[in-house]
Amino acid sequence: MSAFTLPSASLLSQSVLSGIFVGALYGLMGLGLSLNWGLLRLINLAHFAFAFLAAYLCYELASRGLDPLLALAAIVPLFFAIGAGLQGLVARFAITPFNSLLLTFGLTGIVEALIQSIWTADFRKLESSYAQQKFKVGTLFVPVPELITLVLAVAISAAVWAVLRYTDLGRALRGAAEDAPIAAAFGVNQKANALLLAGTCAALASIAGVCLALSFTLAPSQIYAWIGVVFAAVMLGGLGRALGPLVAGTLIGVSEAVTMAVTAPSWAPMVSFTLLIAVLVLRPGKSA
Amino acid sequence: MLKASPTSRRSALAAALFGLVVLGGVDSPVSAQTAGAPIRIGSTLALTGPLSATAQIHRIVGEIYVEQLNKRGGLLGRQVEWIVKDDQSKADLARTLYEQLVTADKVDLLIGPYATGAILSAMGVAQRYNKVLVHHTLGIPSLAKYDMQFPAWSLGADPATTVPNTIFDALAAGPKPPKTVAVVTNKFPSIQFMTAGAREVMKKRGLTEVLFLEWDFGNRDFGPIANRIKDAKPDFVWVGAIGLDGNLLLDAMKKLDYVPPQHFYLYPAPGPLVSLPEAKNALSVTIFEDQLPFTSAPGAAEFVKIYRERATKAGLADPSVETQAAASYTAWQILEAGVVATKSLDDKAIATWLKANKVDTLQGKLRFDGLGNFGDDLMRVKQVQNGHWVVVWPKEVTSGGAKLLAP
Repeated sequence: MSAFTLPSASLLSQSVLSGIFVGALYGLMGLGLSLNWGLLRLINLAHFAFAFLAAYLCYELASRGLDPLLALAAIVPLFFAIGAGLQGLVARFAITPFNSLLLTFGLTGIVEALIQSIWTADFRKLESSYAQQKFKVGTLFVPVPELITLVLAVAISAAVWAVLRYTDLGRALRGAAEDAPIAAAFGVNQKANALLLAGTCAALASIAGVCLALSFTLAPSQIYAWIGVVFAAVMLGGLGRALGPLVAGTLIGVSEAVTMAVTAPSWAPMVSFTLLIAVLVLRPGKSA
Repeated sequence: MLKASPTSRRSALAAALFGLVVLGGVDSPVSAQTAGAPIRIGSTLALTGPLSATAQIHRIVGEIYVEQLNKRGGLLGRQVEWIVKDDQSKADLARTLYEQLVTADKVDLLIGPYATGAILSAMGVAQRYNKVLVHHTLGIPSLAKYDMQFPAWSLGADPATTVPNTIFDALAAGPKPPKTVAVVTNKFPSIQFMTAGAREVMKKRGLTEVLFLEWDFGNRDFGPIANRIKDAKPDFVWVGAIGLDGNLLLDAMKKLDYVPPQHFYLYPAPGPLVSLPEAKNALSVTIFEDQLPFTSAPGAAEFVKIYRERATKAGLADPSVETQAAASYTAWQILEAGVVATKSLDDKAIATWLKANKVDTLQGKLRFDGLGNFGDDLMRVKQVQNGHWVVVWPKEVTSGGAKLLAP
């Protein structure tokens, strides 16, 4: 068998679609991380743990008969509070960006242990009415759970972009990230804004978690499987940019999927990091 | 960690004191004192980390076995205490912890962890201190170089040839012997090694390989892989699966409206796969299943019952005894047999005895005189039928005359 195979048109188009779907999830998961990092200078590794915790909560609520999308009504406010609480802690102890990495890595371990103690280390799969639904467009199969993720990712990214670009709050957040003392001199309440933003980022993580639960099987240890590729999407997309992670995530997802369609799937993970390195090398100083 | 109950400790202490007073003339007060102390058996398990789901099975089995053993009077008239440490799914940490078990905890005996990487780490330590190591599920026998290690998983010395042959024998005897095969596999070492063997076996049998794909451990997106299998139109799909690979691939196939004609999964997470409707007729391999004739082995029915209760209570997705739990139980049986037969805790004596004798276990009689101390390949072929795993090959171990089904 040769290492490179010329794919059929249907294989290629289905792979591109599959890449768009998984890329949307990378983008959605990366959105909160990017905002946290770019606007609050907090490298929040616990973002992934929050997403998984939300996924498990969604699984739990769904197993009790609640629709997974309705579960968002309970999950999102909860995670908003958790994110704001974490930001309060970070501000209280004036934790530096580097130390935030250590703090949130530790927090990730704690959340993983918590998940394992409640739901065990066994794999869990959310069963919902969405899971069985798909439709066909021409020769393409479109699964509904992945489509929901794509729609949510696009809508939320666009909404966050609009808020950051067109509202006073967005300007204040961007201003504080650029030059905090000047922003404060203009009356920006950075503390309140930071709490609001951190809460929003955690809430975004929880939405990503629900989407994750809709399409993927859950295990506590899989928290770490997403870190590399989502970080790549965040850095490629540009820190603090609302649309960046979605665009970069989609690019990575499609590149990976096409790689899998034409050659060995084991080469796919190299794609995201090759892209990341290429961007960092070719666009010095512009990625962040 | 399991420890002897206070009552049994008091009884053991009383027995030791009685021995001192009455027998007076024992060689050394130290030996008299330790005669009643529990025998300490040390091990690590991946209680946290990516391998922890399976480690829970081994933890439950170990607890059951030690309880049963102590009820029977322990080993050499002494209670048994199992010291189990968490290696966090890290082979390097397993090495450190086994070193601690020998040098700091000063355990009397060692018993192995379950995953290949951790087993090899433990084996290095056991070799350094000349300790016997009975281990649970080493997937690559050629890596077992140490003379005093004993495998509890009856894979045979050359599983990369014998296991695929068993599978293709079963398919050849089935209703639709395949002519074309798609081989897709995880690159996890013990999986990749078996898949490489399967490809060789296929060649020798004149089967046509229409697709070969590999992915890394932890792959998230199985859509393109499912797509390529669908495009290749094979009669049979060999999936070098570990953990959830099978579920994820079947999920991805379902999204494409594709049902593989005949399909095999090497080491799937058994519970999640069997509960998936798309896994209908999926094949896999096993050394033990929760069904006759396996449960007719001495002690098997009781173990299966207790395990089911404990696993259910612990929230495990699949509370039935299969390969992992059976290999784990077997490891304890092998160690017990060695100690009882030699009436000692002397590692060299135990190893010599094990190499020269067969041991009655849950899997049947095991021998340890082959390459790497491996004996016979007792891997059987099982299939998902009506939502349950059913052993379908070879004929002499099928339950109720079950046969391999093909759509």
